[in-house]
Amino acid sequence: MKRFVFRNRWLPYALVAPQVVITIAFFYWPAFDSLRLSLYRASPFGDRLIWAGLANFERLFRDPAYLRSALTSFVFSFVVTFAGLALALLLASLANAKIRGLAVYRSLLLWPYGIAPAIAGIIWLFIFHPSYGILPWLLSFVTAYQFNWFLKGWVAMTLIVMAAIWKQFGYNLAFYLAGLQAIEASVLEAASVDGAGPIRRFFAVTFPLLSPVTFFLFTLNMTFSFFDTFGLIHSVTQGGPGDTTSILVYRAWKDGFEGLQLGFSAAQSVVLMALVILLTAFQFRFAEKKVTY
Amino acid sequence: MKLSAGIVLTGAVLLGVSTPAFAKTEIQWWHAMTAVLGERVNEIAVKFNASQNEYEVKAVYKGSYPDTLNAAIAAYRAKQPPHIVQVFEVGTQTMLSSGAVYPVFQLMKDHGIAIDWNDLIGPVKSYYSTGGNLYSMAFNSSTPILFYNKDLFKKAGLGDKPPARWDEVEAMAKKLVGAGVKCGFSAAWPSWTLVENMHALHDQPFADHANGFDGLTTRLQINGAFGVQMMELLQRGVREGWFVYNGRLNKAEANMGGGECGIFLSSSAYIGNLTRASEGKFVWGTGPLPRLGGYPQGNSIIGGATLWVMKGAKPEEYKGVAQFFRYLASTENQAWWAGVTGYLPLTNAAVRAMESSGHFQKNPQQRTAIAQMLGGKTTSNSQGIRLGNFVSIRDAIEEQMENIFSGKKTATQGLDDAVAKSSEILKEFAALYR
Repeated sequence: MKRFVFRNRWLPYALVAPQVVITIAFFYWPAFDSLRLSLYRASPFGDRLIWAGLANFERLFRDPAYLRSALTSFVFSFVVTFAGLALALLLASLANAKIRGLAVYRSLLLWPYGIAPAIAGIIWLFIFHPSYGILPWLLSFVTAYQFNWFLKGWVAMTLIVMAAIWKQFGYNLAFYLAGLQAIEASVLEAASVDGAGPIRRFFAVTFPLLSPVTFFLFTLNMTFSFFDTFGLIHSVTQGGPGDTTSILVYRAWKDGFEGLQLGFSAAQSVVLMALVILLTAFQFRFAEKKVTY
Repeated sequence: MKLSAGIVLTGAVLLGVSTPAFAKTEIQWWHAMTAVLGERVNEIAVKFNASQNEYEVKAVYKGSYPDTLNAAIAAYRAKQPPHIVQVFEVGTQTMLSSGAVYPVFQLMKDHGIAIDWNDLIGPVKSYYSTGGNLYSMAFNSSTPILFYNKDLFKKAGLGDKPPARWDEVEAMAKKLVGAGVKCGFSAAWPSWTLVENMHALHDQPFADHANGFDGLTTRLQINGAFGVQMMELLQRGVREGWFVYNGRLNKAEANMGGGECGIFLSSSAYIGNLTRASEGKFVWGTGPLPRLGGYPQGNSIIGGATLWVMKGAKPEEYKGVAQFFRYLASTENQAWWAGVTGYLPLTNAAVRAMESSGHFQKNPQQRTAIAQMLGGKTTSNSQGIRLGNFVSIRDAIEEQMENIFSGKKTATQGLDDAVAKSSEILKEFAALYR
């Protein structure tokens, strides 16, 4: 890499300043404020702020529902990430083939990414709604089983998992497509000459060469499913039935912005923050070593 | 971190507070009314503004009820509160404890405006007063009633009479399902219609300390014999297929409006939307809430919202708020508002005016709720419910209702769990406002 030296001592600082200011104002400040608030019982209107020590955290970890919610979040995120990436890679490989109308397929496959999670939720609601959705109606001809996800937890969970995968699909696909196109044909040809079939070629050559992309997408999808699926859940299941789809971020929002239990909600966001930091650190420390750039 | 979005929103809200630059004194009124209701709210402001030339009421839509409350909280903390904010009934205790409000009875007294508070219909007065005084201005109040689809009743060979008791609901719903109806019985606002109101209607306590009217509640009492009987009935309903659960909030209204449900419980304020949804498709009627045998007579309780006056404004602005409330309370406005929205007329004078103008003859469905409320008995169990952190508690109840309906838990177990979770939430509220 070429090293660039600024002549003016202040210019580089001035150039990064806007980003730093934004980061401090919108990331560090709220984060520290959450940290502070998590140690208090706070009234919504701000007239009462009572030191609570670790009471909010204690309440959190004593609550079996919260631990269940943590488990739900992890299962949800892993399923969304793994299934989502596998599907995107499969379709990217197909879309990378030389077929007619390729450009059209590619653009169509990218579309879902342009849709906000909440809107995606509404669309899926229309397809899957137990009474006015088209899919339950079609399924009713095949089976008498009632796919009412207002009461059946596994149906609700499957539904938001699928919606989240679909929502993130275009993004994953775009990166995999770009990754695939960056692989030089000569490498694959060499493998062919050595007698490797398409499946062998994929696992021995393509997949390892795609590992930086996979690594990047893994981190991104984990954070997406952990945090950004909020809108999806809010518009489809509201965390129900029971609490089967209440992932951590949804719970934190609900207790804070609907329930107005600010300290308690802040404690939850602190836990979330810690989880993200851990997750990211873990990925960069261990996963990065396995990545071939 | 996505949570920072909340902070960004807060900032946006603050910027949205405009400073008046007119000769007229501007009064900000933040509300959560959408669609037709939102238009009616604007109409009120326009009419009041035209009626005098000192004050200008600006009605501003701020999103859902929780959104509106959050906006007001953020604005208050930034010392830019609106003068008037509409807060839903479950936020009542939060507002009372907030220290951020100018009690309405005080406001009116300070400005020498006499309003006959005793003329307010009983259930509304009891729900929103503390120590006999009204702390917020009653505005949109409704109560749950029973709706039934007359076309489906005909199809199932049932008469043109709604079920009055739960055993009739069950029998009729079964008949409806037997005749191929998809949803025999369903209900919107599950906790409000099936737990809160059922307890009040049968004069059963919902929570200790007279549902929170005699002091801060510490424990819900919904896991008594009555609550369990009610939930077991509904659980069986789901299992046997005559009760179809269609989600929280008012999601189930889509099923009733779509002409799928035979018998349905929802707010009386649903009349307007159902009228629109059913137009040219099916005929429906209303009746009072069904009762369980063997329990005393109570009354249904109200839902909806009231208008709170926030602290921190100038004296001349409060003068305008008081003038505006006098206008709101007028019989003419009350009768008009109830007539065009389906909410309850709030004063006895307005009820009489609507009777004499023949409004109820033309709109008999609008009488059901009034008749139910005025015919009930207001006791310490049916005057209302006032809990700290009520939003979270309602959530805890509905979570367990779903666990019960799906058969994941028994009625007793589910209700016990809801009570335990609520106690935890109530304890937090008490620790904050001790």
